[in-house]
Formats: sequence, C-alpha cells, structure tokens
Amino acid sequence: MRLFALAVYLFLYVPIAVIAVFAFNGGRSATQLQGFSVQWFGRALSNPFVVDAFRTSLTVALASATLATVFGTMAALVLPQARPRLRAAFDALIYVAVMVPGIVIGIATLIALVTVFGWVNPVLAAVWPGEAPPQLGLGYGSLIAAHGLFALALVVLLVRARVAGMDRSLVEASADLGATPWGTFRQVTLPQIFPGILAGFLLAFTFSFDDFIIAFFVAGPQTTLPIYVFSSIRRGVTPEINAIGAMVLAASLTLLVVAQLLLRRGTSRARG
Amino acid sequence: MQQSPLQDMDAPIAEFRAVTKRFGAVVAAEGLDLAIRRGEFLSFLGPSGCGKTTALRMLAGFEEPSEGEVLLDGQRVDGLPAHRRPVNMVFQHYALFPHMGVADNIAYGLRQRRPRPSGAEIARAVDRALETVRLEGYGGRRIWELSGGQQQRVALARAIVNEPKLLLLDEPMAALDRKLRRDMQIELQGLQRSLGITFVLVTHDQEEALSMSDRIVIMRGGRIVQVGSPRDLYDAPRDRYVADFVGKSNFFPGRIEGADGAEARLAVAGGQVIAGRPRRAFSEGQAAVASIRPEQVALLRPGQGVGLPVRVLTGIFLGEHTEYLVRHEDLGEFLAHVPRQAEAAQGRFAPGDEAIAAWPEGAALILGDD
Ligand SMILES: Nc1ncnc2c1ncn2[C@@H]1O[C@H](COP(=O)(O)OP(=O)(O)OP(=O)(O)O)[C@@H](O)[C@H]1O
Ligand SMILES: [Mg+2]
Repeated sequence: MRLFALAVYLFLYVPIAVIAVFAFNGGRSATQLQGFSVQWFGRALSNPFVVDAFRTSLTVALASATLATVFGTMAALVLPQARPRLRAAFDALIYVAVMVPGIVIGIATLIALVTVFGWVNPVLAAVWPGEAPPQLGLGYGSLIAAHGLFALALVVLLVRARVAGMDRSLVEASADLGATPWGTFRQVTLPQIFPGILAGFLLAFTFSFDDFIIAFFVAGPQTTLPIYVFSSIRRGVTPEINAIGAMVLAASLTLLVVAQLLLRRGTSRARG
Repeated sequence: MQQSPLQDMDAPIAEFRAVTKRFGAVVAAEGLDLAIRRGEFLSFLGPSGCGKTTALRMLAGFEEPSEGEVLLDGQRVDGLPAHRRPVNMVFQHYALFPHMGVADNIAYGLRQRRPRPSGAEIARAVDRALETVRLEGYGGRRIWELSGGQQQRVALARAIVNEPKLLLLDEPMAALDRKLRRDMQIELQGLQRSLGITFVLVTHDQEEALSMSDRIVIMRGGRIVQVGSPRDLYDAPRDRYVADFVGKSNFFPGRIEGADGAEARLAVAGGQVIAGRPRRAFSEGQAAVASIRPEQVALLRPGQGVGLPVRVLTGIFLGEHTEYLVRHEDLGEFLAHVPRQAEAAQGRFAPGDEAIAAWPEGAALILGDD
C-alpha cells in the first residue's frame, strides 16, 4: 500500500521535478543534462514572443481575477439572504460551473460567442455612422469573460465559507454601537471575510494564468503563455520551455501557499 | 406641550405597550405591558424559551414587534433600526470584534458618531471606560489574549463608553464560573449605581436577579406574570409559579374551605387545615396551594412546642443554615431551614430523629395553583 502511494507520488511529481531540473541545463538537450546554467531563463525572458505572451496572460489573469473577486464576493454576501429556492438554484449552478470540464466550457463559450458575434456584427455594421464599423471578435474580452466566469464560482465558494463561519452577533454588535449598514460592512464584515476574498483572488489569478484548455478555444488571435508553450513544443522541447514552465510553476506555487496561509490564519484568528 | 424637567425624570425611560412578537407560528412574546423606570436596575427572569431575549432584542432594535408599540424616552421607536437607537447591549458571548484590539473595540461606538469626536477625546473616553471596568493598561491587548472575565469587562466598557439611555445585558455572566460571576454581579450593581444608567438584565438565574435588581419581571411562556421588587416577589408572589421561581418554597395542595379578604383556610391531605394570607379571591371548594418558605419552618425537639410531628430524612449543611428534609404522615415531605443559632441551642438533628415542625401565624400564603 505504501509502495503504491509512493509510486503515485513519483508518477505525479517526478515529471514536474524533471522540468525544473532541465531548466538549469547547460546544453540545449531536453533529455540529457549537460552542466548547470541559468542561461535558458535569460533566453526565455529576452524572447519577445514569450514576453508578449506573458503580458497577455498577466492582463487576462488580473482582469478576470478582479472581476471574479468583486462579483463573487457580492454574490457570497447576498446569497445567504436569498429565498431558499433561489439559493438552491444558484448553489447548483455554482457547483456545476466548478465541475464542468474545461474543454466543455471552452467549446461552449466559443460557440456562444461566435454565434452572438455573428448576429451583432452585421447589425453594428448597418447602424455604424463612420467608415469602419468595429468588429467584435475573440480576444482579450472573451478570454477575460471565460476565465472570470469560472473563477467567479471559485470565489463564491471560498468567500461564502468565511461568511458562514462569521459570528452573526458581530454584525449586530456593530449596529448596536451605531454603525450604519455600510459602516458595519466596511469595519466588521469585510475585515472578517478578507482572508477568504484574498485567497479567492489568488486562486482565480493562478487558475487563469495557468489555464490552457479554455484559453485555447476563446483566445482568438491572442497568445497566452500556456498557448505559446504548447505551440512551441510542436517545434521540439528546448530547455527554454522548461525555464518558462519552472517560472510559472514557482509563481503558481507561491500564490497557492500564500492563499492557504491566509485561509488558515483567517480561521484561527476568527476563533481567537 | 412643554414638559417640566421634573415630570420628565418621572416619565419611563422605555415602555412596552401591548407588544406581541411572533416568529411564524411561535409566539415569543405576548401582550407585554411594561414601563422601565429611569435609572433602575431591571431584570427579566424566567425559564429558557420564555421570551426574555426577544423582549430585550425589541428594545435594541434587532426585532420588530408584530403588534404593539415600543417607546424609548417617550418616543416610539418600533421601525427605528438598531444603529439609530440610543441603547447599547452586552451580548451573551460578548461579540467583541476579533480583528481589533481592546482599545479599538471600546472606541468603536464613539467612532460611529457624526460629527466624529477627535482622537484625543476618544482616547480619553476609552481610558476612562477601561478604568471604570478596572482594566487600566489593557488598551493595547488583543481580544484573544484576555480571560473570559476580562473579555466581559471589555464588552461592558464598549457599551458604557457611549453613555446609552439603556444598557441591555443578555445573560452576561452565563459563561463565567461561579466565584467570578458573584464578583461581577457586585461590580455590575455598583457600576449601575455610580453611572446612573438604566440597566436591563436578562437572566434565568434567580439568585442573580434577586441580588442585583431593583425590580424583576417574571416571565412565563412569552407573558409577564409579575413585576416587583425582589422583596415583593419573595414575600408576595402572585401565584405558585412565581413563588417557585423566586426562592425555595414548600407547596401543599388542597381545597379552599373558607375564605375572607384577610385569611383563607385550605384543607390539605389527611384532614389538616392550613390557614394563610390569600393572594387573590377564592371561592369555597376551589383548588389552591399553601406556600411556606423553608426559613419560616422551625424544627423543635419533641415536647418543646406545638406543631406537626415529623421525622427528619436528611440534613444538608449550607453554611449559614442547615436544610432539613422532613416527612409528615399526611403532608408528605417538605423543607425546613434551621439557622446556626437555633442549631447551637438545641443541637443538630440526625436522620431518623423525631421532631416538631412549626411556622408562625401568617407565614403561609394561599396561592392559585396554575
Ligand atoms: N429568530 C427566531 N426565529 C424563530 N423563533 C424564535 C426566534 N427567536 C426566538 N424564537 C423563539 O421564541 C421563543 C422565545 O425565545 P427567546 O430567545 O426570547 O427565549 P429566552 O427566554 O431568551 O430563552 P433562553 O433563556 O433559552 O435564552 C422560543 O420559543 C424561541 O424558539
Ligand atoms: Mg435568551
């Protein structure tokens, strides 16, 4: 049994470790170690395609995580007050959003957007007063929307757990001491649920930054970092790819650990 | 119409007028009529679920009455949200803000005021409040660094710093151990006297209510049964429920044999008759109970007096007196409290001893049994 567990862990983590190790390869082989060097990190960071893809990924991740955090937090705060029927419906939808495979979300979003664009663009062209009517198309907007929607569900789940764990009497105490509803929200509710909000933001960011499948379908002309990595692999794996992978991995792990710490610290504090 | 200040001081600080509160099918409070006097220490006393907290929450503004009116200082406040009522509450589990230190918790109410007091004013008020609850120098502590008793004082300071017209306390001492609770009770009472703020306390601990309050409101099933000073309730309970709830008492059920305004005679088991003061009008043959407080019952050695012959079952030493459980052939078991001096004079009774139980004339109350 223990052996089996060991095998599973090896299978899971050895390839990842190999990627990280080969990022420091001295030579240009992806299978043979030829001394230690950080040159591939330098190469990756000076490759304009990589930098461009990185910037796209960062923009999309920041925008979608921000949107998801704002709307997810609002939903998490309001849902407990909704009528039971309505709440059950929303709960179901949120769980579905988390469980549906990325590839389904990707295809569905693509089809939906293309259909909508197919209707809207001719109308826009017809009513536009100027010479060149704007063409709606896939790109930043569709990436942010698709990622944001998925991340929204994550944020709702995380923040709602904090809202549920909060002592109701704190809100009453605040009102009792003369705070307006907005004052109570700002001074009591928000600080209490903030660890959940921040953790939600970080997870949403990490998800968007790392996602390949959904992005692949809705990116249109844009290239995110995972898409760039995928397309360059078809031209053969170089340690440069490994270096990019290692950097993304390091960033993601850092964010995940920070999110975990926030959630844990928040919980122990709230009990204090 | 202009009211003179004197009249103003006599007007109640808060009032319930025919207040009923329903939660769906549950009637939590029914037909409450009560005037809370300015500067008094009032307690709501009753068993679990009788509507004490509901009454308090309607004063604080957390619940709206289903029927009737709530007044604060002569103004109708039903419909006024909690944050606009000049009332503060000490919560059962304190509800201190865990993300703030002690000083910020206490300053919270002052910081909500518009115009907002200056930082120096707030700091001074916080220091004064800390001093009042004897926590000087604790302003910089975190909430979780405090003991239960200290947290309670912070909760108290956080409320009184706002100088509310009414301070509401919902079982504030339920989480404290016995000794600490006793100390806090004395302190709270002293505080109320020195601040002159009206305190409204909810408790199901009769000792607490008796020792601290100017007046007690006895509740039962959402209704007010009796309102009075601890002495009134103890000496002149309205019915068996109150007599049972306030202090200990022996009850002997029977039927009214004859009654006029000043005295009623109750025929109890075995042809015995107990005469006592009736607490309401009775007609002949009506079911009632005689209530006799254990400290009114004297125990004598056989032959030393006239009374009921009894046998001692158990004796529990309680410090200032010993509580004897005795048994009479017809009346059954009842309690007698024998003070130390009496015991010193005639010696202790042992289980199995024969004794004479007697009570002075007028000690028995004849109460409705419901
Ligand atoms: N928010 C609510 N929703 C439904 N029923 C409630 C609500 N609050 C109180 N009740 C009901 O109203 C009744 C009175 O409750 P309340 O809390 O006032 O009792 P209490 O005297 O304070 O009891 P305890 O000593 O146990 O605190 C109870 O039957 C309770 O179940
Ligand atoms: Mg209660």
